Amino acid sequence: MALTGVQIFKLLPKTNCKKCGFPTCLAFAMKLAQAGVDISACPDVSEEAKATLGAASAPPIRSFSLGTGDKAVKLGAETVMFRHEKKFVNPCAIAVNIKDDLSEDALANMAAEVSASEIDRVGQKLRVDAISIEYASGSSAKYEAAVKLVAAKAPDAAIILNCKDTGAMEAAVKAVAARKPLIYCATDGNAEAMAHIAKANGCPLVACADGLDALSTLTEKIKGLGVEDIVLDSGAKSAKEIIEHNTQIRRAALKKSFKPLGYPIINFVMRDDSIHEASIASVAIAKYSSIVVLSDISKWKDLVLFSLRQNLYTDPQVPMQVEQKVYEIGEPKADAPFMITTNFSLTYFIVSGEIENSKVPSRLAVMDCEGLSVLTAWAAGKFTASKIAQFIIESGIADQLARKELILPGQVAILSGALEDKLEGWKITVGPREANAIPTYLKGRAS
Amino acid sequence: MSFVVPKESFNGKVLAVDFGKDDKALAIGGETCLPFLSFEGEIPHKPVIAYEIQDCVPDDWPDTVKNVYKDVSGNPVTWAKYCQNELKAKAIALRLSSTHPDRGDRSAEDAAKTVKDVLAAIQVPLIILGSNHIEKDASVLVASAQAASGSNCIIGKAQEGNYKTIVAAALAHNHKLIAMSELDINLAKQLNILITQMGFDKAKLITDPMCAALGYGLEYTYSVMERIRLAGLAQNDPTMQPPIVGDVGMYVWKIKETVASETDVPDWGALEERGIAWETVTATSMILAGTNLLIMRHPKAVENVEKTINELV
Repeated sequence: MALTGVQIFKLLPKTNCKKCGFPTCLAFAMKLAQAGVDISACPDVSEEAKATLGAASAPPIRSFSLGTGDKAVKLGAETVMFRHEKKFVNPCAIAVNIKDDLSEDALANMAAEVSASEIDRVGQKLRVDAISIEYASGSSAKYEAAVKLVAAKAPDAAIILNCKDTGAMEAAVKAVAARKPLIYCATDGNAEAMAHIAKANGCPLVACADGLDALSTLTEKIKGLGVEDIVLDSGAKSAKEIIEHNTQIRRAALKKSFKPLGYPIINFVMRDDSIHEASIASVAIAKYSSIVVLSDISKWKDLVLFSLRQNLYTDPQVPMQVEQKVYEIGEPKADAPFMITTNFSLTYFIVSGEIENSKVPSRLAVMDCEGLSVLTAWAAGKFTASKIAQFIIESGIADQLARKELILPGQVAILSGALEDKLEGWKITVGPREANAIPTYLKGRAS
Repeated sequence: MSFVVPKESFNGKVLAVDFGKDDKALAIGGETCLPFLSFEGEIPHKPVIAYEIQDCVPDDWPDTVKNVYKDVSGNPVTWAKYCQNELKAKAIALRLSSTHPDRGDRSAEDAAKTVKDVLAAIQVPLIILGSNHIEKDASVLVASAQAASGSNCIIGKAQEGNYKTIVAAALAHNHKLIAMSELDINLAKQLNILITQMGFDKAKLITDPMCAALGYGLEYTYSVMERIRLAGLAQNDPTMQPPIVGDVGMYVWKIKETVASETDVPDWGALEERGIAWETVTATSMILAGTNLLIMRHPKAVENVEKTINELV
């Protein structure tokens, strides 16, 4: 946690020498607290004070990458407990676990499935980010071969090496060292050996212990052995353990500046039933996990978990926007109603949902108003007659319509006259004020 | 450095609300901590899931969930009994959809009769919901409240435009009441204040901050719920202490992800699992944000969320 101005002041020489450019040491301390100036501006500060300030200014949750290349996933760096306070920073990685004793075909298929998992959702490309390869065969050679195969078949995925045998781990890490695999895991029993492998290959390392007390001791030990990029596994298995441990870890790091737990978290959420597993994965996604490991993936499951992750990691201060275009709802014919609204995602969802409810196939023009709702966009001069007219003309939609009629949101009925002037040959109709009146309105028109 | 469990304690408490009667009565709320953090507070009651049924054939539900009820949904009484006896529903939410002017416009008297018939057929608690038509709900819910007098139901939803008559009916017939506002903590607070100013006990209120489906504004619902919880617990704001309801099913089972076939959208995978998972995950995130009462549709989604709830407590 960052120090307050007064705490910083106590570390300064208190000479008010003005060499830093501030009139007093206190003024300098206040600026330091806001991160508006660097400590090096003070020529007389002690090394000890510099170290203290440096440690305090380090992010409370360490940040590093899982995997390499442009598909690498940033982990950690979170700053808040609740998403309404500030945007959650780094969306968690979604991973799938596979055992090394499966056939080559099965391993290759899983790798191919991960590689093909990318989908586009509301303008973001989302994918299964990592594969965890579990040492189940008991053969170091088989493990290494499986790791190599999966890594080759899923060239963009991050690799998690899930293996407690240090000999097998060493060979596997070397085989895919260029991919910077995440080493799972160091325990109290093998910490020295695993830390050595991690350090020698520049790989991040999971610390795995039973409970947060033992975990804190273990991360300190690993850090002492020279490994900085650590991921936490508290041994949480049940949903209750996941929510309690993860909450306590995040709180300890953010509110108590407790460094031994200032790292990203990995949760294994395997369950027999795939839909139930998705439910437990949601607990981990919502509650502070940085890597969620599943036992299987499928297209529906990927979609549902990607969507949750995307929803919870959006910036609460920036309205979510949908793409500007003419959306078809149902299968509209040339004479179907043609409506317009703004591109605030909630506005779009509510309006399109009500059009769907009406069961009247329609076209909905969604105009880019920087994510503002209808009334706000109008007030801000972004949803004006001339801008609407320009959008409608440039969309070329007129060619698809039997008659040129545009239904305007009732909230901006005032625009209809000006719009009729600007959109030559168009009829402008004023629709309902509220979205929930759309079904009645559209059905009334249809009959 | 040794680890000390970072606990937080609050002055506020979520109000406990009971509904139903006799040995099937249920209670929700009462917690003194954030959802499922029982290491630092009391959680006397776990979230309850009510099965949604309707007073008419659910033509507008997608096949995945409509087919589950195809043999019973022709009659709300058989449907209610099926949920109670076969699906072991702990509570039932009867939505009086056919009273909506666009969906049959059945009268308040008809609705009251349906309520009476369903109540006579089941022992588990009943939630009585209007069709979400401001004017019509006022008359439908008044008649329904009277028909259910003495059954300690939850009725709803009272909204800014119709709360006065509905509150009076809940008061007169001793029901619990859902107060609904649209995704805004200040509107939720204001409506709770208006309702309690009419002499309605805040300990009988349930807040509906408006649900949203995963992918369709869920993050707004999620954060409004979290903020309501924090206001009630951390700031001890008495107007923000009623339990929260999440009307999940009606928002989930109309979006494209629960309707579009795999043939139409191959990238989205199997439709049946997708729909059930969509309701499951939407509901799971709601309980993490503070929902005490869920209204859901698909039995497999209910089963999965109950399994998760049991793992969480």
